[in-house]
Amino acid sequence: MNAVIKAENLGKKYIIGHQKQRYGDSLRDAMTHTARGIWQRIRHPLSPNRESVDLEELWALRDIDFEVKEGERVGIIGRNGAGKSTLLKILSRITEPTTGKVLIKGRVSSLLEVGTGFHPELTGRENIFLNGAILGMTKQEVKRKFDEIVAFAELEKFLDTPVKRYSSGMYVRLAFAVAAHLEPEILIVDEVLAVGDAQFQKKCLGKMENVAKEGRTVLFVSHNMEAVSALCDRSILLHNGSSYYEGIPSDVISKYRILGDARLDVSIRDREDRKGTGLVRVVGCKISFEPYGESITAIKLGDRVYIQVTLEAMEMVRIFLSLSVKDATERLVFAFNSREGGYAPVVEKGEANVILHIPFMPFLEGTYTISASVVRVEDKVLCDKIENVYSFMVHSKDLWGTGVPFTSYHGVVFVDHQWYKENSTAHLK
Amino acid sequence: MDEIIIEPNKSLKRFWQELWAYRELFYFLAWKDILVRYKQTVIGIAWSVIRPLLSMVILSVIFGGVAKLPSGNTPYPILVCAAILPWQFFSSILTISGNSLVANRNMITKVYFPRIIIPSTSMVVSLVDFLIAFAILVCLMLWYGFWPNLKIFVLPALLLLAALTSLGAGYWIGALNVKYRDFQHIVPFIVRFGLYASPVGFSSSLVPEKWRLLYSLNPMVGVIDGFRWALLGKEVALYLPGFLISIGLAITLFITGAIFFTKTERKFADII
Repeated sequence: MNAVIKAENLGKKYIIGHQKQRYGDSLRDAMTHTARGIWQRIRHPLSPNRESVDLEELWALRDIDFEVKEGERVGIIGRNGAGKSTLLKILSRITEPTTGKVLIKGRVSSLLEVGTGFHPELTGRENIFLNGAILGMTKQEVKRKFDEIVAFAELEKFLDTPVKRYSSGMYVRLAFAVAAHLEPEILIVDEVLAVGDAQFQKKCLGKMENVAKEGRTVLFVSHNMEAVSALCDRSILLHNGSSYYEGIPSDVISKYRILGDARLDVSIRDREDRKGTGLVRVVGCKISFEPYGESITAIKLGDRVYIQVTLEAMEMVRIFLSLSVKDATERLVFAFNSREGGYAPVVEKGEANVILHIPFMPFLEGTYTISASVVRVEDKVLCDKIENVYSFMVHSKDLWGTGVPFTSYHGVVFVDHQWYKENSTAHLK
Repeated sequence: MDEIIIEPNKSLKRFWQELWAYRELFYFLAWKDILVRYKQTVIGIAWSVIRPLLSMVILSVIFGGVAKLPSGNTPYPILVCAAILPWQFFSSILTISGNSLVANRNMITKVYFPRIIIPSTSMVVSLVDFLIAFAILVCLMLWYGFWPNLKIFVLPALLLLAALTSLGAGYWIGALNVKYRDFQHIVPFIVRFGLYASPVGFSSSLVPEKWRLLYSLNPMVGVIDGFRWALLGKEVALYLPGFLISIGLAITLFITGAIFFTKTERKFADII
C-alpha cells in the first residue's frame, strides 16, 4: 500500500512574547519596540539583539516523522498541550510548519470543529450549501447529497428556519451532518464525538466506521480511548511535541496511561494547578484492592476497591472531602461527597489518610479520572481543589456467568437488577 | 489524485492553482454576504438607495446651496451623485474587507482555503449596492433632462479602477488588522475624512492648477473625475496627467496589497 500522508522532520515553533502580554499587541508597541531596538543598535552596535531576551520560543511540535498508508485508520492521542491540535492544523493546512514537510496524496477534509462558517441569519438549507462550500464540496456534490444530509440531521421540518432559532442540539446535528457527507480520500477528525446526545454520538461513530470501511484513510484525534481502540488500527502517542510511541491502539493507550500515572505519582504534592486556601491540601491519591494496599490502575466491574486520599493540614480542622469521578469524555459519573455521606473528619496538623470504601465497582468499561476537593466544615471555605489526581481503567466482566459480559455497550454504570415474569416468585429467592 | 506538499513556503504557481480550485467558495461567500446584508431590517434593500440619496442631498445642500460652489452647466445634485456612487463603492469595499478577516476568525482558524477570498468577496456585495444606487442617478438625469453621451460605456473600466484601488487598500488593511487591531479604528477615519479630501461634494476643477498633480496622488480623485467625465458629457474635461497617476497608483496599490496579503496570510491562523 502507498503512503498517503508522509511527514518528515515536522516542527512548529511559536514565539511567545512575554512583553506583549503586558502591553497588548498594538501598532504603538511595535513602533516603540522597533524604535527602542534601533536605539540599542546605535548605542551598542556589537551587542546581541535585545529583543530575543523578551521572547520565548515554544516548540509545539518537533521532529515528527510518520507515515499513514492508504485506508489506514490512525488514532492520535496525547495529553492537552502534547501537540495534537497543532499537528492537525498543519495537516489540514490551517497553519504552516516551521520546519520539515508533509506530502499528502488525495483530498483532505478536516472536521476540526463542526459548524464552521455557519451564519446565524441564514436558514438551514442555505447553511448546508455555504458550509459545504467552506468544507470543500462543490455545489453539485451538495445538491446530490442534500436529502441525505437533511435526513441524517433529522431536521426536515426546520430547513427554512434561520439557524439562530435552532436549539444547540439541532445546530450541532446539522453541522455534523454536512461534515459527515464529505467524501474526501483522507478524513481528519478531532473530538467531534463530544457533541450531541448519546444517540447522536453513536450515529456519528457508526458513520465514521463506515467511512473507514469504504477504505478511506482516517486520522482521528480524541480523548475517548474506547473510540480510538474501536476505530483505529494504529495509534500515535504524542508527548510534549514529539512522537513518543507508535503501535497498535491497546499498547499505545496503556503507554498513555503509564505516562499519565508517572506524572501523577511524582507530582500531586508539587502541583500548582489547584484552587483554594491551602489550609488542607490533597498530596496523594491511590486505589487499591485492600486498605493501604498496592496501588492499582486496572479494575474489573464489580470489584471491591478502596480509594485512599492523603491530606496535609496546616492546623487542626474539620473537613468535608469530595471525590468526583469523570469518564473519558469529561462527563461527571459520580461525585462522592463526604458531606452527603455524613462524614466530616477532623484532621490534625500534618498528614492524614482518608479512605473511601467502594464494595462494588459499578462503573462500566472505560477510563476514569478522579478530582478531589476539600472544604472546611465551619464556614464552607474551599481549602483545596485539584483535578486529575488519579486515573484508572475499568474492564468488562461477565458478572453473572451468562457468557456475555457487561461492557461499555451497556452505558456508563452497572445497575443491579433482576428479570422475572408476572406471577412468578423466582425473584424472591 | 491530487498531491499536496505542505512546507514552510508556498510557490506562486500553487497560489494561482488553489485560487482557481476554490472559485466556488468565492461565489458562495459573496452570495452569503448579499443574503445577510439586510436581514432583519424592515425596509431591506431600500437602504442601498437611502444611504447614497441622503449623502447626495446633504452634500448638494452644503456645497451647492450654502457654499454656492460652481458646477458649470451641470445641475449640482448630478455632479454630486456621479461622485458619490464610486465613493460609496470604494468606502464599502474598504470597510468590509478591512474588517473581514477578523470578523471571519473562526473560519480562518478552522478550515483551509486561500484567505484572499475573504476580503475579495466584499467587492460583489458592494457592486450590487452600486448598481441599485445607480438608479438614483438615472432618475436624477431623467428629472433634469440631462443626457450622457457615448463616453458612458467607459464606466465599467472606471468601476474596475475603483475596485482595484479599494481592494488594494482593503488587502493592506485587512492583513495588517490581523496583527494590529489599530487599523479597524483607522478605516472609519479614512472613509469620513476621505469624503471631504476627495472631490465628492465639489468639482476637482476648483483645485488650483499647480496643486492638481499633487491632488491626484489620492487615487480616488482619478476615479471620481473619470466618472464625471464619463457621465456628464462634454461639461467636464479630464485632467489627463492626474488621471494617469491615479491609474498607476491604483494598480500599484492592488499588486502590493495582494503580495503583502499572501506573504502574511500563512501566519493569520497563529496570530488572529
